[in-house]
Amino acid sequence: MPAAHNLLTLPDPLPLDGGGVLERAEIAFETYGELAPDKSNAILICHALTGDQYVAGAHPVTGKPGWWERMVGPGKPVDTDRFHVICPNVIGSCMGSTGPASPGPNGAPLAMRFPVITIRDMVRGAIALLDALGIEQLHGVVGGSMGGMQALSLAANWPGRAARVLAIATTARHSAQNIAFHEVGRQAIMADPGWNGGEYYAGAAPAAGLAVARMAAHITYLSEDGLTEKFGRNLQAKADGTAGAKSFGFDADFQVESYLRHQGSGFTKRFDANSYLYITRAMDYFDLAEEHGGLLAEAFAGAGARFCVVSFDSDWLYPTAESRHLVHALNAAGAPVSFVELSAPHGHDSFLLEVPALDRVVAGFLG
Amino acid sequence: MSSLRPDLAVIAARIAPDTRVLDVGCGDGALLGSLRDAKRVDARGMEIDAALVAECVARGLSVVQGDAERDLADYPDGAFDYAVLGQTLQTAQRPDLLLGELLRVGRTAFVSFPNFAHWRTRAALLWGGRMPVTRALPVSWYETRNIHHVTVADFEALAGAMGVAIRRRWFFSGGKRLAGSGANWRAEFALFELSR
Repeated sequence: MPAAHNLLTLPDPLPLDGGGVLERAEIAFETYGELAPDKSNAILICHALTGDQYVAGAHPVTGKPGWWERMVGPGKPVDTDRFHVICPNVIGSCMGSTGPASPGPNGAPLAMRFPVITIRDMVRGAIALLDALGIEQLHGVVGGSMGGMQALSLAANWPGRAARVLAIATTARHSAQNIAFHEVGRQAIMADPGWNGGEYYAGAAPAAGLAVARMAAHITYLSEDGLTEKFGRNLQAKADGTAGAKSFGFDADFQVESYLRHQGSGFTKRFDANSYLYITRAMDYFDLAEEHGGLLAEAFAGAGARFCVVSFDSDWLYPTAESRHLVHALNAAGAPVSFVELSAPHGHDSFLLEVPALDRVVAGFLG
Repeated sequence: MSSLRPDLAVIAARIAPDTRVLDVGCGDGALLGSLRDAKRVDARGMEIDAALVAECVARGLSVVQGDAERDLADYPDGAFDYAVLGQTLQTAQRPDLLLGELLRVGRTAFVSFPNFAHWRTRAALLWGGRMPVTRALPVSWYETRNIHHVTVADFEALAGAMGVAIRRRWFFSGGKRLAGSGANWRAEFALFELSR
């Protein structure tokens, strides 16, 4: 990667749930807005599976706007005129933080020698970053999807560290269906001969496998209604501009095929296939109740934070029932919790898209 | 607190400071906000309408979107000092079960509802022969959310049958408090303070 990311090398070894440690782990991160002299205005934003630290502003690798540009910035719901926003790249990822593409002791990429990590390990890395930055208490921790899992894990495992916890379009555990979709993606990567047991950094990456993984996952981020509205059964226009027609072959005849292929190939330019394996594994291992004796309410017994849980009615990846399950546990733990199911047509991806009601909830909850 | 609806203003005045309150069907959170600001109450709400929940969250209140008849089951016994059900009872599928849940999660309950035996309602039905549309019940029968119309006498009978103790009662007409005599004729709205 040519871009120079902001990096912090952790002074202490980072212990991992799997039993090992990461020595001299690096955390890449971005900050937005000024930190108040009393350090009281810090908000930690946690990114999703394929997200990164570039929440707002132009992305140095893709050149596109940050993934939550519409939510984070001056005068926006997460107002960087008032808040100091910190967004780390999770460990295991590929945008600067230590991950499978990082060099091992012999200088070669770790590849599959990188240890399997968990959501809690990612948060442990974020906490180590906050420690290094001298931020003891967060005004809030915010995340959607896998970012929401990190926010919940932080609240459960580092009680008192965040005063507000905003978990959007997320779950307290990965379901069998969630794991199943991830397994399809992993098998697509590992079935690509280019994957080569993870040892592809010197040659061609398993782009075809990673693209298929992304295509399958991308479907789970959308809704049936959304796909129908956007593409229906429309045929893809030909490259020379003439109207589309069935090819009686296996080109991308339908617009939805063309769209997915584009999503898949675009993704391979910015994401490392091994990181995709490791991060999806971490999500599949996520079960907050299991970490706390099987009772989700126990996870939040001493959390001492205000919670806000948001789901979307068209999200079938982490459906509202999962949020209700979480809210039930928070109520049982006596935690102050708000919950709202917002109506939006975009499926799971609604948290990233234009949903004005979400803006109001985010701005209102963060105060 | 002067801007609160009359029944909510009475409830706000009755609730002791530094207590735990659940407002079921809390709407835009007017009562909860007032209790939090004036009495340092740990104020929680439940509301079925997502837009109203979003409004509450924007006011910094802790409000859960949910259907009281399904989701009150999530709360432990006696989780609240007070449970409030303001002008929502008559919209329930099973008001009796809802009342039971209210007094399971709250040690004291406040319940208010429009009184269907008010003289205007009686007159409209008796002389017009049609379901009443009045100041207190402004919506036609086919689109009203009120599916279980109830009178002061009905409610008192239900409380008796359920073994619920009526601690106090208030009656309202035209936004003003009424004395209790002839309430089943004269009251547009009633408010009861209940305990197990």
